[in-house]
Amino acid sequence: MEKTLHEISKSLNDGAVTSVEVCEAFLGKTEQMEPSIQAFISVDVEKILKMAVEADSRRTRGDSLSPLDGVPVALKDNIMEEGSVCSCASKILSNVTSPYDATVVAKMRAAGIIPFGRANMDEFAMGSTCENSAFAKTANPRDTTRVPGGSSGGSAAAVAAGEVPAALGSDTGGSIRQPASFCGVVGLKPTYGRVSRYGLVAFASSLDQIGPITRDTRDAALLLDAISGHDPKDSTSLNLESASLADTLAEPMDLKGIKIGLPKEYFERDGLDADVEKVVDEAIAKFKDMGAETVAVSLPHAEFAVAAYYVIATAEASANLARFDGIRYGQRSVDALDLMETYLKSRGDGFGEEVKRRILLGTFVLSSGYYDAYYLKAQKARTLIREDFEAAFEKCDIMLSPTTPTTAFKSGEFASDPLQMYLADIYTISLNLTGFCGISLPAGNSASDGMPVGVQLMGPALGEEKLLSVSHAFETSTVYTQY
Amino acid sequence: MEKYDVVIGLEVHVKVRTESKMFCSCANLYGAEPNTLVCPVCMGYPGVLPVPNKEAIRKTVLAGLMTSCDISKFSKFDRKSYFSPDMPKNYQISQYDLPFCLAGNILISGKRFSDREPLPEKSIGITRIHLEEDVAKSTHFPKSSGIDFNRAGGPLMEIVSEPDMTSADEAYAYLTVLKRIMRYADISNCDMEKGELRCDVNISLKPAGRKEFGTKIELKNLNSFRSIHRAIDHEIARQAAELDAGAPLSQETRGWNDDKGSTYLMRVKETESDYRYFPEPDLTPITFSDEEIDAIRAEMPETPDAKKQRFIENFGLTPYDSEVLTNEKAVADYFEKAATKSSNPKQIANWIISELLRELANSANEISECPVPPANLAELAELINKGTISGKIAKQVFTEMFQNGGSPAAIIEAKGLLQVSDSSAIESLVDQAITENQAQVEQYRTGNQKVLQYFVGQVMKLSKGKANPQMVVAMLKEKL
Amino acid sequence: MSEQSSSFDLDSIANLARLELGETEKDSLRIDMEKIVAYVNVLSELDVEGVEPMAHAAALTNVVRNDRADASFPREAFISNAPETIDDELIKVPKVIDVGV
Ligand SMILES: [Mg+2]
Ligand SMILES: [Zn+2]
Repeated sequence: MEKTLHEISKSLNDGAVTSVEVCEAFLGKTEQMEPSIQAFISVDVEKILKMAVEADSRRTRGDSLSPLDGVPVALKDNIMEEGSVCSCASKILSNVTSPYDATVVAKMRAAGIIPFGRANMDEFAMGSTCENSAFAKTANPRDTTRVPGGSSGGSAAAVAAGEVPAALGSDTGGSIRQPASFCGVVGLKPTYGRVSRYGLVAFASSLDQIGPITRDTRDAALLLDAISGHDPKDSTSLNLESASLADTLAEPMDLKGIKIGLPKEYFERDGLDADVEKVVDEAIAKFKDMGAETVAVSLPHAEFAVAAYYVIATAEASANLARFDGIRYGQRSVDALDLMETYLKSRGDGFGEEVKRRILLGTFVLSSGYYDAYYLKAQKARTLIREDFEAAFEKCDIMLSPTTPTTAFKSGEFASDPLQMYLADIYTISLNLTGFCGISLPAGNSASDGMPVGVQLMGPALGEEKLLSVSHAFETSTVYTQY
Repeated sequence: MEKYDVVIGLEVHVKVRTESKMFCSCANLYGAEPNTLVCPVCMGYPGVLPVPNKEAIRKTVLAGLMTSCDISKFSKFDRKSYFSPDMPKNYQISQYDLPFCLAGNILISGKRFSDREPLPEKSIGITRIHLEEDVAKSTHFPKSSGIDFNRAGGPLMEIVSEPDMTSADEAYAYLTVLKRIMRYADISNCDMEKGELRCDVNISLKPAGRKEFGTKIELKNLNSFRSIHRAIDHEIARQAAELDAGAPLSQETRGWNDDKGSTYLMRVKETESDYRYFPEPDLTPITFSDEEIDAIRAEMPETPDAKKQRFIENFGLTPYDSEVLTNEKAVADYFEKAATKSSNPKQIANWIISELLRELANSANEISECPVPPANLAELAELINKGTISGKIAKQVFTEMFQNGGSPAAIIEAKGLLQVSDSSAIESLVDQAITENQAQVEQYRTGNQKVLQYFVGQVMKLSKGKANPQMVVAMLKEKL
Repeated sequence: MSEQSSSFDLDSIANLARLELGETEKDSLRIDMEKIVAYVNVLSELDVEGVEPMAHAAALTNVVRNDRADASFPREAFISNAPETIDDELIKVPKVIDVGV
């Protein structure tokens, strides 16, 4: 059966299959895999098939909304979809029906793309393992004793397990790229502002970005084309007319003359697993074989990135998550005797431990007397980190690094040490701080544990075209992806 | 000399008049069914984002220009965090360190509210004007509260004064002037009953002449300018009594009970609230070029003060009359239209102040709904000046115009109210009056000049008010 | 900067954030927070002399909308998600003392 969006699209448009057949096949696969993977919080079979029937009848009439009309795509459970519960994998939102569609969902519907299930995640996108969900712990399809990564772990696992051809995730500090790397699929974090955040339940507003998790680069481009564009409902949305990125991938790019920067701080680092480094080195060698040139670059403020990130992300989160209080919607504690208790108990019961940790940190760094030492300082660090990246991009077209220092963690590995888990975000968070774009590609497997290793390509603001072209060239000359 | 110096500063929240709310496109309307002017944005639903209302920003800048503020070239919005059920996101989008307007002032003058004695002119500093979003409206029941979010997310200006006021009268005058300015520029109606203007008072007393401020007490729940005036007077007396008794005052928030005429303790501020302000990441900064500020300045209406001065100079009005006429822009505009068509603007001013405003008040009409157009009032005044009708008849004509419309000439014609200036007609009436009032004739002739007025009244009565009064007086003097 | 990490007052921060914490939860959170705050104190080593803070990832300014009202949502959409209501019209909450904005 067809597995990628572009293959499904071709078969649908050739009349080889119907959308109902495609959706039934993925629903069948989902039914088969879910007991062991638990990638989804919910899948509304009836709704999916109804939309598939509509897509088929449009296609029969010659009224298809787009080449992707009738293909299914999973949604991370923090993307609002009208009429569905959008829980963010949290108890506090487990009974709230969304009254509206996120802009990305509206765009998907306008193209006929069928929202397929609510993918599991770390609660409010806080975590790197998908273990911080109030409903299920998703397993890594490549080894179910391991985590799929997070926070978009359900999205990545669903794609890797073949339950759905593609999914949307959100990336605040690596939450698309890291699970893509752990599960052996492609994950793209677009430039901040390229995809509307309207309807994405905010974790950290200045860092969040929705992006695709797919089986290959071409699908990432297709899906990004479908969901990106200026949105008047999002004040931070970029106003740009961009040509189709998928179209630019018709022919593999010639990498001659492409300069790939290797940030020395990312390689000279304790904690980078030797087997991961080996796979990344092989990828670098491959790029050189294909004609690309590598250059050494430096990101001198890299060591401050994790600290700056956790200060800024949690500060914004502490305000963003204040609205979950059991007043207008969501779980309200029945034990509360007065208003203060309603807040304390509804939030105390409704949020999981990692969410509380981050709200506490964020509240602290903004509190009176600490703002300058933490929040303001972190914002200044952010400027320095961005300047580092801008200087590096003067010397190269894109940069390359591991996506993560290790392969997928064993389940429960960081349960007692959240700080160690935060530190594993070292390679991904800077692109969120700078707002630049990045992609994680499957580059091979670790020799020791056999788990997939992702290589991260980083581009400057709106550098998606080059990023995708280079990824595509690499992908067409390698067959590392296994399903 | 008073024993204590009183220091008063006001924080006034003014609802900006716009079609839509501050950050979403729900209608910015008062009086709709509860929770019908709401959307995911103003309900603080997950995933929503704010987009600022351009007109609300323009009106805030206009308010700044009208109060001589400096307009910031670079402003931003910030989040102010505190939990409250009337605030959907549990943070308010407001402005912290870079508000749109800074360092302005307004001039207060007129009469004291307490005793109608003149209030010395005084400039009151405006610390800042910033733009934020309104909160929802709570209705309180014995054990619970009900929240209506229609008001939530409406554009709201916060106008913070310097602690420049020293009495309830000054605070009252400040609010009066501020409201006048907002209405002049069509920034807000400032109707307190609709919550379009809300005022918190910060008040402290210190021993006369001392530099350091005393303990600041905040007054809330003030529902009218009158209750603000009463609350301040009450609070000054209360604090002075406490200080006299040697009791230390604590920083607290007090409410006002209008029925009891006293303030009551709402809560003691143990620690400063920790609002955890930080720049709103969902909104971009707002910048203004000189040209953009000038463009808003160009649309700025004449300030009430400037208009008042101009009316005094151009139309020869007294400061008091000018103040009354410029109180409402619509009244001032009415006056100006009528006055420019008249040979005697002072006379027009008198007519508006003594007749028109009274009729309007009686009929509970706004001047915008006035059935007498300014040109008709000017025409009426000219008819008096030309001797076509007497002032008394004119009042009758005016009442008719106000009730049923129509031009003065048409009414005079239809009702036969033309003034009688025909000397033979007047002579026969004078003769009749003398004949019928012999006793009074005797009094006049024995030196009681005051009786003349009695005869004038008799003649006017006989003429049904139409006789030319000057001619009547002259002829009576002659015949008596 | 150890005086900063030791000044993390869990009870007051949790109260400010309106989070009720259980006693055992507090014990583990206190340890976590100490460690994390100690870690982010690395920022104190950074020389930021003359560096402007960066609040946004995209350097946009003056994004505003025209003042036009659109239809609101039906009340039912929000009432149906509300934990408690009064007559299906108002959102019901435990009694609040109104202190205004
Ligand atoms: Mg305010
Ligand atoms: Zn709204």
